[in-house]
Amino acid sequence: MLGALVIVFREVIEAGLIIGIVLAATRGVPGRSNWVAAGVVAGALGAGVVALFAEAIADAFEGSGQELLNASVLGAAVVMLMWHTAWMARHGREMAVEMAAVGAAVTAGQRPMTALAVVVGLAVLREGSEVVLFLYGVIAAGTSGSSLFVGGLFGLAAGAAFTALTYYGLLSIPARYIFAVTTVLIALLAAGMAAQAVQYLDNAGVISVLGRRLWDSSGVLPQDGMLGRLLHTLIGYTDRPTELQLLAYLATLAVMAALAWVATPARSPRTAV
Amino acid sequence: MPFAGNVMRAFAAAVVLVAFVLASALALAQDFNLVIRNHKFEPAEIRVPAGKRVSIYVSNEDATPEEFDSTALKVEKVIPGKSKGLVRIGPLDPGRYEFIGEFHADTAKGVVIAE
Repeated sequence: MLGALVIVFREVIEAGLIIGIVLAATRGVPGRSNWVAAGVVAGALGAGVVALFAEAIADAFEGSGQELLNASVLGAAVVMLMWHTAWMARHGREMAVEMAAVGAAVTAGQRPMTALAVVVGLAVLREGSEVVLFLYGVIAAGTSGSSLFVGGLFGLAAGAAFTALTYYGLLSIPARYIFAVTTVLIALLAAGMAAQAVQYLDNAGVISVLGRRLWDSSGVLPQDGMLGRLLHTLIGYTDRPTELQLLAYLATLAVMAALAWVATPARSPRTAV
Repeated sequence: MPFAGNVMRAFAAAVVLVAFVLASALALAQDFNLVIRNHKFEPAEIRVPAGKRVSIYVSNEDATPEEFDSTALKVEKVIPGKSKGLVRIGPLDPGRYEFIGEFHADTAKGVVIAE
């Protein structure tokens, strides 16, 4: 039962961290809980579908279907996060005003919510399909599986609690810093996802260059330890990165910075809100 | 039309060249087989050449899904019950690379040795 709890918890916290960050980043945006909830529900349904068709997906594209799906999902999430960052850079200050004027101008807050709801959905889809497959295996194994199933449910609950912890932890950051903090977190999140995506493309056999590993820090901070896992999701920590992964990571950070820079309207101090 | 003819010939040569390169690349990539039975890997140890890309065909003979998982090999792949999955790894530095079946981590254990 403990094993099942741990497996499910591990998958759930990855999606949970992302949900926590999204919630913190959108504090004060009207209707955001509905968007996030919609993302979670759509992601969970998608996870079920992916799990249901796991075999067909695995067989697709000469056995690389699963890797290509993962790479696509991660790639789509990176694009959504980039879009959000560009949008925030452009409208961030207006949003701050909106937050002050409670309930005003809902529409302005909706565009980044679409992007972030998609990111939430994709995160739940990716991690959720593994949970569904695992629990399916447990149920299929028969009677002895019931305690494992309960363990899995506890894992799910613990993951949800962890999401809440992330959210309230981020909320304790003073309001005037929260945009800056979440912007940086989202950039690192995207960079980590990009690094994961290129590794999936490598596993799929699509890319076969720059596959040498750069270093091995698994002795100091193993990626499959608890802290390693958290950092893996949060900032894309990898204990044995390949050249291509580092390149994708840095390129994504550079694009994020450039988007934020380009999208920010010219500052005119007098007309500032 | 000599020009078109030359283009055609160059194109044909390019096709042959690409086919040759692809064929030799495929020949270079070595294949290995692994079976999951009763939530265990057989064999539990695979020796692969270092510095090369290697394909491992994992056949899951159990009814339940398994996840081939290894941070050392940078692979995370679900293999549904009663089906096969292709795991691509490398190029690896010489050394030991452990992997597990994440859904049955207490029994499903194995190691890739690159040499």
